[in-house]
Amino acid sequence: MTQATDSFEEIESAVVRFAGDSGDGMQTIGERFTDSSAFAGNDIATLPDFPAEIRAPAGTIAGVSGYQLQFGSHSILTPGDEPDALVAMNPAALKSNISDLPEGGMLVVNVDSFKKMNLKKAGYESNPLEDEEFRKKYQLIELDLTTLTKEALSESPLKPSDKARCKNFFALGFMCYVYGRPLDPTLKFFDQKWGKRLPEVADANSTALKAGHNLGDTMETARNRYQLAKAVVNPGVYRKISGNEALVYGLVAGAQSANRELLYSGYPITPASPVLEGLSALKKFGIKTVQAEDEIAAMGVAIGASFAGDLSVVATSGPGMCLKSEFIGLASITELPVIICNVQRGGPSTGLPTKTEQSDLLQSLFSRHGDCPLPVIAAHSPSDCFECSIEACRIALTYCTPVIYLSDLYVANGAEPWLVPNAADLPAIEAKFADPDEEYISYKRNPDTLARTQAIPGQPGLEHRIGGLEKSEDGGVNYDPENHEQMTHLRAEKVERIADTIPPTQLHGEAEGDLLVIGWGGTYGAITSAAQAMQAEGFSISSLHLRHLNPLPKDLGEIIKRFKKVIVPELNLGQLSLVLRAKYLVDAIPLTKVQGKPFKVSELRDSFHKELS
Amino acid sequence: MSTTNTEEGSLTKKDFVTENDVRWCPGCGDYAILNAVQRTLPELGVPKEKFVVVSGIGCSSRFPYYMNTYGFHTIHGRAPTVATGVKSANPDLSVWMVTGDGDGLSIGGNHLMHLLRRNLDINVLLFNNRIYGLTKGQYSPTSEVGKKTKSTPVGSLDYPINPLLFALGSEATFIARTSDTDQKHMVETFKAAQAHKGTSFIEIFQNCVIFNNNAFDTVTGRAVRSEQALMLEEGKPLRFGENKGIRLNGFDPEIVELKDGDDESDLLVHHSKTNNPAYASILAQMAYPAFPTPFGILRQIEGRETYEDALHSQIKASQSKGEGNLQELLTGKNSWVVE
Repeated sequence: MTQATDSFEEIESAVVRFAGDSGDGMQTIGERFTDSSAFAGNDIATLPDFPAEIRAPAGTIAGVSGYQLQFGSHSILTPGDEPDALVAMNPAALKSNISDLPEGGMLVVNVDSFKKMNLKKAGYESNPLEDEEFRKKYQLIELDLTTLTKEALSESPLKPSDKARCKNFFALGFMCYVYGRPLDPTLKFFDQKWGKRLPEVADANSTALKAGHNLGDTMETARNRYQLAKAVVNPGVYRKISGNEALVYGLVAGAQSANRELLYSGYPITPASPVLEGLSALKKFGIKTVQAEDEIAAMGVAIGASFAGDLSVVATSGPGMCLKSEFIGLASITELPVIICNVQRGGPSTGLPTKTEQSDLLQSLFSRHGDCPLPVIAAHSPSDCFECSIEACRIALTYCTPVIYLSDLYVANGAEPWLVPNAADLPAIEAKFADPDEEYISYKRNPDTLARTQAIPGQPGLEHRIGGLEKSEDGGVNYDPENHEQMTHLRAEKVERIADTIPPTQLHGEAEGDLLVIGWGGTYGAITSAAQAMQAEGFSISSLHLRHLNPLPKDLGEIIKRFKKVIVPELNLGQLSLVLRAKYLVDAIPLTKVQGKPFKVSELRDSFHKELS
Repeated sequence: MSTTNTEEGSLTKKDFVTENDVRWCPGCGDYAILNAVQRTLPELGVPKEKFVVVSGIGCSSRFPYYMNTYGFHTIHGRAPTVATGVKSANPDLSVWMVTGDGDGLSIGGNHLMHLLRRNLDINVLLFNNRIYGLTKGQYSPTSEVGKKTKSTPVGSLDYPINPLLFALGSEATFIARTSDTDQKHMVETFKAAQAHKGTSFIEIFQNCVIFNNNAFDTVTGRAVRSEQALMLEEGKPLRFGENKGIRLNGFDPEIVELKDGDDESDLLVHHSKTNNPAYASILAQMAYPAFPTPFGILRQIEGRETYEDALHSQIKASQSKGEGNLQELLTGKNSWVVE
């Protein structure tokens, strides 16, 4: 038997995709493989991809759940355009994913599930594994995963059906062998998850994982084995973090930096529910969470809490934003700080609830009636969600205003390694309430920021009324035409002044040239990778990524003027390009995609090439 | 609402009057309710700065502008949500919510239901005038079937909602009814609501002088009220008029006339703290013309924890095992070090 260690092939990066039924535990093993890769010292980017139905009928295309990740010894910015290795747990998973696997790619299949019934459910008339052409096209590894797992667990006290459920970890063990991933993080995970409560489950999964790994070691067909060097990164403490986790931590950190109590109210919605769940688990930080009766109520609770002096936050997705719009207008006219997070998904309406899109930018900018500009910021990667949520806290409290924070399903569910910041180094956020010893004028403004000062209930002598009717500076209801015009301008000017505190825009590449790529949100990895690759090839291309979408950075207009062409890739029909055209009178070229999937680096490169030729 | 102590008698009605001109129509029932609230608040032993009045949209919802307290005039139907946020953030505040039949039971019915079931310690004053006033006279969810208004020229179609039954169905822990015509009764009812720990729901019959004038005259009019209003008194038999009372026949109430020598022993006796909601349900459904209309506290249930107490005690219990450490949170359990 060949010693596996002899056959290591050194690679710089790899893309692996796990696909199976939504009950097969593909997200779980994808996450475990990611953790192991992070532990191995590689950079990573992930793309969980699951159906809207919790359990669509087993074996059908509709029920296929997938998880793709790229890991490497250099900086990894995207989960990869196409997989180098595909693990397909059943015919439906094969059918819906095989077109992405390039010729010669590694294909691991669970042959146990390639039975007549499953083939039919997947729409195969004959078994593709029996097709000679198909077999030659890929580096096919056929494993009897169900049988092998049951055999490995012959000693386990679990029921046969429960034993079969461990097959995902058998597959994971095998893939860990192929890519030289350590098993320890996964064994630790079993222990943490089931060790105390269900030790027999922990044991069975450990046994299956190890058996899969051992199979790789003893199997002739698995002679391709890969090895990656550790990514070169700054020294420090690292962890893996997803976008929604980073948002939760950023909110906790922001509240501490501002010395405010945090109240979160939310209504369950994909893909924002993890924010409600995450904060609900942090009661020891004094965080109040309210699961409201609907999206509107969640916003109302947050506004009430803000009025009472808490730092209040809501998180939702597009349909929830629609419902909150009237209340967001109230928060604007009453000038109360509230952080409104929109984890975008495909729309309109219920749309594509489990797929990514960036199509709520114009909604964020304009969805209120009346002239109601609000600050809007967007996170560009999982770890950037941490910084963006702290920035949202800063803007909300400094300017006494609602803030819209955008992320998207791709950023929120994706994960990457994160250099853990030092909590003591996070900058303080100054936000004072009105002093009971001074006269209080509710809409008197700070001359620099134009922010009003909040006076919170419970303070003697500061009693005052706020509400949705237009007010004059003294807080009285005022319908005078000149007053309304003045207040409308003041609210807009206040938001505009946030631009004074936005740092200079970072350009990737030369400060002038032929093509400028402008992006925002989750397209960062793909845009940056594509532009960098083309710079290396000698093209005159630069890219920049906007965090602040309203107000836009003050230097953006000048930067745009220094390039011959401007292209704006977005996962929508051209929303930022519309804004840039209106604001800067520039012929910004929209590059659009609305398939519920992120851009591939190759797609972007093709489009950039076209503009430069 | 429960009370917190402050110097008795240091506040007067004047302390709660704002400089703003009150802009309700002359003769509107809202003036009487405002007066009753401004008379009640100084007597509750709560410091003035702790009062917060929250409202939605409608004539009644202009209320906060006329109260010299902290106040929030929010949006249509959503006052319960804002009040929930205020009380959850700071349970020490005395929160009063003002709404109407359209605001509270039509556009905001959902929120009102959830406020009541959550049992936040908030006093809810629902001004019921059975009409949309601020939008100039369309029928409301409490208007009688066949109501002719500008939006229903040949009569409204929908069966009206009964605010007290709605509150009962939402398992409110305090349910009462009073009327803008009775200052003394309003003040008593508001004080009882304040004393109750949990959401207090008060329906107030309120006359809209412009669009639905005299809507309650058949019950609260001077000439008829002794015969048509049933004033509930704790521990006393249900009696009204000269010599009438209410007794049960099976599950149905019936009116009995007591003649000389009849005793009251088979009349229903008012026990608002009866746990079973059937009794309050019978009262809530008694209405003109078949029955006298009950006023007073129909139901008050003690002992159910308020939402805000439960919310804060979960936090305290968690913190008693050690407060959260931000650095530990950020680092997590599965970090690694790069040298």
